[in-house]
This record gives sequence, C-alpha cells and structure tokens, in this order.
Amino acid sequence: MTVPVTNLTEPDERMSENSTDKRPIRLKGRSFLAIQLSPELPFDNWLARLDDLARRSTGFFLGRPIVLDVEGLDITQEELKDLIGELGERSVRIMGIEGARPSILGLGMPPAMKGGRPAADIDPDAEAPKPAAAQAGSSAESGAAAAAAVAEKSRPEAQPVHLAETGQLPSLVVDRPVRSGQSIIFPEGDVTVVGSVSSGAEIVAGGSIHVYGALRGRALAGSVGNSNARIFCSKLEAELVAIDGLYKMPDDLDRQLVGQAVTIWLDGETIRADRL
Amino acid sequence: MAKTIVVTSGKGGVGKTTSTAALGAALAQRGEKVAVVDFDVGLRNLDLVMGAERRVVYDLINVVQGDAKLSQALIRDKRCETLFLLPASQTRDKDNLTAEGVEKVMEELRKDFDWIVCDSPAGIERGATLAMRHADIAVVVTNPEVSSVRDSDRIIGLLDSKTAKAENGERIEKHLLLTRYDASRADRGDMLKVDDVLEILSIPLLGIIPESLDVLRASNLGTPVTMSDNNSAPALAYTNAARRLAGEDVPMSIPGEKRGLLGKFFGRRAA
Repeated sequence: MTVPVTNLTEPDERMSENSTDKRPIRLKGRSFLAIQLSPELPFDNWLARLDDLARRSTGFFLGRPIVLDVEGLDITQEELKDLIGELGERSVRIMGIEGARPSILGLGMPPAMKGGRPAADIDPDAEAPKPAAAQAGSSAESGAAAAAAVAEKSRPEAQPVHLAETGQLPSLVVDRPVRSGQSIIFPEGDVTVVGSVSSGAEIVAGGSIHVYGALRGRALAGSVGNSNARIFCSKLEAELVAIDGLYKMPDDLDRQLVGQAVTIWLDGETIRADRL
Repeated sequence: MAKTIVVTSGKGGVGKTTSTAALGAALAQRGEKVAVVDFDVGLRNLDLVMGAERRVVYDLINVVQGDAKLSQALIRDKRCETLFLLPASQTRDKDNLTAEGVEKVMEELRKDFDWIVCDSPAGIERGATLAMRHADIAVVVTNPEVSSVRDSDRIIGLLDSKTAKAENGERIEKHLLLTRYDASRADRGDMLKVDDVLEILSIPLLGIIPESLDVLRASNLGTPVTMSDNNSAPALAYTNAARRLAGEDVPMSIPGEKRGLLGKFFGRRAA
C-alpha cells in the first residue's frame, strides 16, 4: 500500500513586521511504500507461516515500514497486543494499524491509519538480495532508503543512472483522455498521457508528467520530493502546475506560453516554463 | 438484438428529456420497437413531454419492486404504435431503485424491444449511475457552454468506469449530441463553437440540434419534436441523429451555417 501524498506550500501571510525571514514554511507530504501485513486467524498458524517466509528471505522485514491490516478480524485488544508483541520479537515493527475498531486500539499501540491505496504486490524472494540499492543509500537507514528510492534528492546530473542497479523504472502510460473528476496518482514514477487532461482532472506523479495533448487540469510532478521532475505538454492550458510541492497558477505563468507546447521545470525554488 | 441507449449529461436543463423523447420517437417512426424509460425518480418529466401524463398507472419503481408486471407499466404511444413509455415514479424516493431490480427490468425489456432509450436524471448520483449501468450506447447531451462541457466530460469519465460494459473490460460507445446550438452566437463568440466542444470532449458527433422555439412548443404540447412537425429544423436534426444511431451514413450539417461551409463537415462522420 502507499501512504497518500499531500504537498503543500504554506505562504505565511500573518508574518509579523519585525520578522526578517520571509521564506514560506514548506509543509511537504511524502509517499513511502509500506508493506501491508494481513494476519489471519488462528494467529499461531499464521505466525508459523510468517517465520517460514522470514527464513527464506532473511532480513526482509528489517527496517521496512509495515502496516498491519486487521480489517474483518474478530479480535480483542489483548489478542492484538499479543500479536504486536509476537511480531516485535520477530523484528517486525508496525508503523500503523489499518481497519481496526477504535475500541481495540489501546495506549502504546501504533496509530490507526486509513486512506491507504493499493500498490503492486511485493515478492519477498525477488526483493531479498538488494546489496546494490542498499549501498547506494549508504546511510544508517539503508532499508528505508530502498523503499524511498524515488525520493532520493539532488542526484548529481553528471552521474549516469544505472538501470541494472535500480531495476525496472516504473512508469505509467494512460492512452485515453483523462476526464474531469478523474485523478491519476502514481507516486512510483513518470506518467505519460496520450490524450488531453481535462479541466477538473488531476495527475499526480512521483516523477515527470508527459501530456501528448492539451493539459487543462492540474499536473503535480515530483510529488514525493523529486525536484528534477518536469512537466511536458503539447498545449498548456493548465489550472495548476506543481513540481516538488511548489506550485504555479495559470495567472502566474507567462501569457505567451498558454496554448503552446511547453516544458516546466524547477530552478531552485522557482518554477520555470519555456516553449518546447 | 436490442440496443440500450442512455441519454445523459451531468448538468441539468440541457435537453436530456427532450432528446430522449425525440430520438425515441424518431427510432419508432422507422418501424422499430422502442421503449423510452424515465430514470428521473421524483422529478419525472418524460411522461409530460410524451403527452402521457394522464395515462400513468404503474411506474418503474412498481416494476422494480415487483408490485406490477412490466407489461402493466408500459404505456403505448397513441400516435406511433411501436413506441412505449416506462414512466418514473413521482412520489417515491429514488433509493427504491435497486441495482438488481433495474437489471431485471432491463433484461426483460431487451427481450421485447429493438431499442431501449433511458432518460438519465441530472447529476452523478445513484439515479444517473443506474441509468447508464446497462447501456450499450451513451448519448451525451451537451450545450455549447463551458459548464455543460465540463459536466459532460465528467460523465464520459464515469461511462468509462462505472458501467457494466466498462467493468467487463469493454468500452461503451459514446456520442455527442450538441443541443441548443446557435450558429450566429457561436460566430460572435458568445457560445463555444462545434470544434471547440469536440476538441475538449473528443467523442464522435451524433448531431447538432439548433436552438429553436419549435422544441419548447412541442414540449408544451406533449409531443416529441420529431412527431410534431417533421420539417422543422430541430426535428430534422433529431431524425438525422436517430438515423446515425441506427447505423445510417448521414452527412453532418451545422444548422444555420451557410451552404458553402458544409463541405468542410462532410468528412466528420458520426462513428
């Protein structure tokens, strides 16, 4: 599952006069791929199967964000507490609990989570050997870095991206118009639309956004904190464009670019746009 | 093989009911057996436009709930014997429309009729989604102005995701019916032009109905416009649209534009 993204730039209008720093406070949402564990009753049996999985892919759960899904399980607070304890002994640390009745969530338990969206299934056997990615992170939190690989910021441009290292680069191709009220949310990578994006529609991509048609709705690229993401469209009539949480409204854009084929990118803290 | 059409728009007041009646009557006048079904429970109007308001005994909800047989609720038109109306209920709540009940009624209608034309309520709520649910073809009624176009765009999105066809991985056939079109106002820039609407919605054009007093007059008389005066401009436009629905190749013309410009639009065939 994917934790939803909210990218907000909050202009502080009530800033007092003697304040010298006029930079806005940036509130940024971030999207990480969490693993969802759905325990089944009886727990003994399920834990045995989990142990079996852990034996096959050693360290799979280590340092990964895990969300426990207890939807539809008829369990008491005690049983849930025991389960979290059992998981803790196996080094499975729960960042949140989904689908639980408020009454069974006690003090000291992970918080309730909701609004998760399904993402692709994770194959532990394929995921297990990950030395390259982990070393690339080369920080103490290397495990989390693997899940947040997309969020890795400001990679020097000269350094080539090794496809073999990162595996398959995720991208999404939408080969029909995106209609008003529809929203395409793809934090994993680039979104390409073959057709127009209507007024009232929305594209949110972790990477770049390519629209082969008129962009009349909203386009939010680099939503997981990727300032290198760009927006491309064959006809710019957008209601809002954003890259890495910084946004521009149509009135802020150069009038001459409206209706043109345009590329939009981030230059430091400024959104820039130019004809293609 | 019965074909189910939903006449829908998202926005209210653009001419769904008028278009349902006019297309239904035009198809029936070709000798094919047509049922027009009103899904606007609580705000029914199709019976008025069809001139059958004093003949309603049972309605769609009665049939859905099993209180009446379909044959008891269907009203045969007095002017055209292959045209039938299944009215909506005016007094009941639209929550009485259940997905299973509607499916059963639609299946039964398919056995008996060549065409089933469903008049969708405005909005994107239950009534509208149930009306489009079992359709093979959608006629998206749009006025040449921005709010109507955006609402139609929203409806097209729903047609591609919420219908039975879409859920089975098929694509529902969608056609644009541009109503209340006034060429002189479009030329002055007071209205969107045909090409502007087509560019935004990118679905094939079924017909352009000119803004006309004949439409209002026919509604008030309780006669589908295609039955009142076959030679009026809107009646011709609706009749041609119905012929295109039936698979005929009828050249498209923009009402009120000079003849010389017509050639340009011959290439744009309704798919």
